[in-house]
Amino acid sequence: MIPAEFDYTAPESLDAAIKALADGGEDAKLLAGGHSLLPLMKLRLAAPALLVDLRKVPGLHGIEREDGSWRIGAMTPHTDLEHSPQLGIFAKAAGTIADPQVRNRGTVGGSLAHGDPASDLPAVLLAADGSVTVQGPGGQRAISAGELFRDYMETAIEPTEVLTEVRIPSLDGWGFGYEKFNRRSEDWAMVAVSALVKQTGDICEEVRVGLTNMGSVPLRAGAVEEALRGKPLSAESIASAAEQAAEGTDPPADLNASTDYKRHLARVLCRRALGQAAGLT
Amino acid sequence: MSKTVAVQLQVNGATHRLEVEPRLLLVHALRDNLGFTGTHVGCDTSNCGACTVHMEGRAVKSCTVLAVQADGAQITTIEGMASDGQLHPLQEAFWNDHGLQCGYCTPGMIMAAAALLAENPNPTEDEVRHGLEGNLCRCTGYHNIVKAVLDAAKTKGATVAQQPEVTA
Amino acid sequence: MSTGEASTQATRIAAEQTDAAPAPSNHVGQALRRKEDPRLITGKGTYVDDINLTGQLWAAWVRSPEAHAKIVSIDTSQAKARDGVRAVYTHEDLDIEASLPMAWVPPGIEVNTPDHWVLAKGEVKHVGDPVALVVGDDRYEVFDAAEDVIVEYDPLPVVTDPEKALESDSPVIHEQFATNKVSEWSLGGGDLEAGFAEADVVVERRIVNHRIAGAAIEPRGVLADFRADRLTVWSSTQIPHLLRPFLSMLLGISEDRVRVIAPEVGGGFGSKLQVYAEEVGCAWASRKLGRPVKWIETRSEGMMVTHHGRDQIDTVRVGAKRDGTITAWHSKILADIGAYQMFFTPMIPELSAFVMCGVYKTPAVQTDVVNVMTNKFPTDAIRGAGRPEATHMIEVTMDQLAQELDMDPLELRRKNFIPPFSEGHETPIGVVYDSGNYELALNKLLEHIDPAKVRQEAAELRERGIYRGIGFCTYTEICGNAPSRIVGPSGFGVQGGGWESAAVRVHASGAVTLYTGTSPHGQGHETGFAQIVADRLGIDPAQVDVIHGDTQAGPWGLDTYGSRTLAVGGEAAARAAGKVAAKAREIVAHQLEADPADIELREGRFSVRGSPDKGMTLSEVAGAAYAPENIPEGMEPGLDEQSFYDPENFVFPFGAHACVVDVDAETGKIDVVRYVAVDDCGPAINPMLIDGQVHGGIVHGVGQALYERIHYDQDGQLVTGSFVDYALPTAAEMPSFETDRTETPSPVNSLRVKGVGEAGTIAASPTVTNAVIDALRPLGVTFINMPLSPMRVWEAIQEAKGGVAA
Repeated sequence: MIPAEFDYTAPESLDAAIKALADGGEDAKLLAGGHSLLPLMKLRLAAPALLVDLRKVPGLHGIEREDGSWRIGAMTPHTDLEHSPQLGIFAKAAGTIADPQVRNRGTVGGSLAHGDPASDLPAVLLAADGSVTVQGPGGQRAISAGELFRDYMETAIEPTEVLTEVRIPSLDGWGFGYEKFNRRSEDWAMVAVSALVKQTGDICEEVRVGLTNMGSVPLRAGAVEEALRGKPLSAESIASAAEQAAEGTDPPADLNASTDYKRHLARVLCRRALGQAAGLT
Repeated sequence: MSKTVAVQLQVNGATHRLEVEPRLLLVHALRDNLGFTGTHVGCDTSNCGACTVHMEGRAVKSCTVLAVQADGAQITTIEGMASDGQLHPLQEAFWNDHGLQCGYCTPGMIMAAAALLAENPNPTEDEVRHGLEGNLCRCTGYHNIVKAVLDAAKTKGATVAQQPEVTA
Repeated sequence: MSTGEASTQATRIAAEQTDAAPAPSNHVGQALRRKEDPRLITGKGTYVDDINLTGQLWAAWVRSPEAHAKIVSIDTSQAKARDGVRAVYTHEDLDIEASLPMAWVPPGIEVNTPDHWVLAKGEVKHVGDPVALVVGDDRYEVFDAAEDVIVEYDPLPVVTDPEKALESDSPVIHEQFATNKVSEWSLGGGDLEAGFAEADVVVERRIVNHRIAGAAIEPRGVLADFRADRLTVWSSTQIPHLLRPFLSMLLGISEDRVRVIAPEVGGGFGSKLQVYAEEVGCAWASRKLGRPVKWIETRSEGMMVTHHGRDQIDTVRVGAKRDGTITAWHSKILADIGAYQMFFTPMIPELSAFVMCGVYKTPAVQTDVVNVMTNKFPTDAIRGAGRPEATHMIEVTMDQLAQELDMDPLELRRKNFIPPFSEGHETPIGVVYDSGNYELALNKLLEHIDPAKVRQEAAELRERGIYRGIGFCTYTEICGNAPSRIVGPSGFGVQGGGWESAAVRVHASGAVTLYTGTSPHGQGHETGFAQIVADRLGIDPAQVDVIHGDTQAGPWGLDTYGSRTLAVGGEAAARAAGKVAAKAREIVAHQLEADPADIELREGRFSVRGSPDKGMTLSEVAGAAYAPENIPEGMEPGLDEQSFYDPENFVFPFGAHACVVDVDAETGKIDVVRYVAVDDCGPAINPMLIDGQVHGGIVHGVGQALYERIHYDQDGQLVTGSFVDYALPTAAEMPSFETDRTETPSPVNSLRVKGVGEAGTIAASPTVTNAVIDALRPLGVTFINMPLSPMRVWEAIQEAKGGVAA
């Protein structure tokens, strides 16, 4: 299929991009790698009147360590994340996105701004307690992962704002596990679980669990975290805690996965991801 | 019609200047405007990979890239892989190993494989299989494609895409 | 078997040949690299969308979003008002003579066949039914214009469940029939009642063979050019030769003035064995507008309106003695064929019946087929066409029977194997298998895989929650379509024949062109056929140019489908080449004053037996034939022969496959660990091509078993409408395969060959299904239907545990 007609501009500065976006009104959309937006446009499920391409805006690429955390430019493609093992769970999750060609074009900022609960990075950002920086006509602000995802493909980013960078804590000393379940390796996650564990000896000091595709937004498995925080980590305690992974979730059913099956998968994957994070597997 | 945009593409070393609708997909710019019909279209959801080309040295699906996004970029298509009648080692391996039948997925498959080998010159079978997960083939069952990529990896020169002479 | 051994055997068999295939081989049997490949690996292949004509217009179709509705109104004014739009047509505009063809008229059987127009007339019957055709200047703008066509629909009740469609209160799709039932057809032989009475056990299963797509990676496409009273159509089709007469009939253009070209075709798998509305519509529009008209299918469109396959609910009942001896087999097929009937739509399910005995001595067998219409796109031939369904039900049921008898599934198979035969075996239904040695194939398979070892691995893996299973299938199938007297109008009811043509033209220089009536789309005809012809003329395959897929290039042909190419088309090529060789021998004998019977082909020369220095090359013979001052009295000049070959019987390839799977019992995910295939298609012409066909065939069958599914919801909406949801396996999901062959010659043709294009697909789905059931048996699961999605496997495990799965 072919996208409907639109106008196009590729501003050379962030300010110009913000202005173009504002001038374009509600039918203007930002274009990063285009790997979430263009497929929708080709199927005519989206038809923006104006695309504001960020490719010429400087400063939106790269991965840097800054103030004890990681700063990732919004236009950094998934491939670069995948090949940055220092990013831990981010690198691992990025390496599972679709296929190599998609990872070469799809960007971290584009993926997060798209806010698809079935995408890999939103729940990872949530588990990592990361944030995004956005800039709009009113200036710059940070949005924490917990506040970013509002509803199905709806984020707290204003239509006039540009996501410029992603910040994730260093997570030094944390163990991580990422378990993604899909039918084919190029598919979206049927369910995925991201687990981060900080332990002293066998005691779980801190634990965070993110759930992908278990609702209209990425979720944290609060009950699992609660059950493990401050407790000894063992195969048994993890298995017991993981039983609560689907608590409070009501994932939408589709052809390949019923609600019950997704909830079951969340429990199994949670146990496996936590096992990895705790170094038990 | 929305207003057209001037675009310059470096395809297989040669410069091409085009006036395009913003919505023109890179694959159609290559095929319909420039005649590089070796790059194919097999789906509309960036699943099949038949449209794979190299853009700035990276494998991309040219059906999910706008021509305007490729402005100024170096593009390599299947037509740029052989030079002076000399097949690229991957082309040779696909031929030797019967890595193609109908040939429709083949250009995209070869371009994806070339990018894979450029990044990982000595892949395992599993790495080849995962490296090609973005390319669908209905004829070969992948068996001989994977064999061809592994065989090409043993050949000197397989890990670099051909860098054609700039003839702009 | 190594390639070397294969070629030795092939050589020996070919050497036994008589006039039709006079030459000793040195190229046949070799794994030659393909002649097709240099253009394809460099991006120089020419597929339909690579061809553009001056003045060309683009077509786009307005398609129904409703599964069943009355068309209240169509407003084309907004679309027509666009500058770049040349025309918008609806049904009333088209003066096409008849509806799209359906070619099966079985004698004595009523088939309720509705009209199927290029553009819907009054009502739409499935999602994607075309209601308007937009033609314009620009590839992209015609999509915009199609969206501007406003169609008002009045929805009608929808039925998508084939069993419900047969109930009296079901919505009826074509009111003139007052039922959705299309036809009832049976084939049986032997005393079924006595067979079941004699049985100690009877096993009955309801086996669902779900709907799948061909999913060739090249979407369909058409470029039609009507000018100067002649129509030329380039189409991504498997059947240029069959398409031509229908274009002629539907458009009222004399057949000699219609030329159809199948250029490079990017896969077919049956889905391009069709006369499609888009082909007829574009040709009609080209004539109407006096401009070339091109249409290239989008994938989302293709999932909707390129024909599907399978979609049967099969009720299988088998009776056996306690020792495993099968006494009777009864299969009831309910085939959901969709909303219309296309070229072979209602015939495909019946093809299952011809191999319902499988490789077994079943003394009594009956197959009853009911075809029913629903609000879906029609089914038709998809790789295997009826035989995968038959083999699936036979081979899955064999394992179920073994389970019931507590018998080893291979022992059960061996117990019932038809003993080896080389000159025909007649089954109770009167089908005569040409040759078979099923025990040999199974024994060869077991040289590669040891079930006991797999079971030992399974025991070890189970401790880690991985359930390993092994499954088998021993199959035969029917291909090499077809003996015209069997399949034709007064036989099975196909409105045509099953022969194939070939023409061998030796040019004055000695260069050779072979014209074949078959029409490849990936199989490698140019290489395999060149090998056959080269050996018969004492030349190198590189000197044989193989021309195909152009109705103007050579004699009429019947194209490529049903694994018929080599056994029918290859034999025709061998015969045409044999005629050339025979004439060459006469010319040589005349020139060298020898007896034609003493002329032999030796090291590239037609030479006198016993005097190898006395001889002529083909090029010298051609020179003599075209400057005919010294040829035998009364002989016509030239060296150019053709053959129309109509086979005496079908051919029946066979084999034995095994698969090992690991099932993650927690998630239900299946991993194919090993796949071993032994196939027998007679002596290999090119073993490399055979392996390639088997590999691809396996993945098509594994794809159906594990991943692929065309699914409509209750409202008739297509849920799996793109490659996102229609899950073709990728390289990452598949293992490498282990393939081997046995070579049992066919008595049917002089090449002694059988087809192999569909064998892998036919064998694979039951092999995988049996492996999965084997893996799950320790968990209490004894039967499961495809598609074996993780959720379905998990649910089966929950049910077996007595838990409740959603």
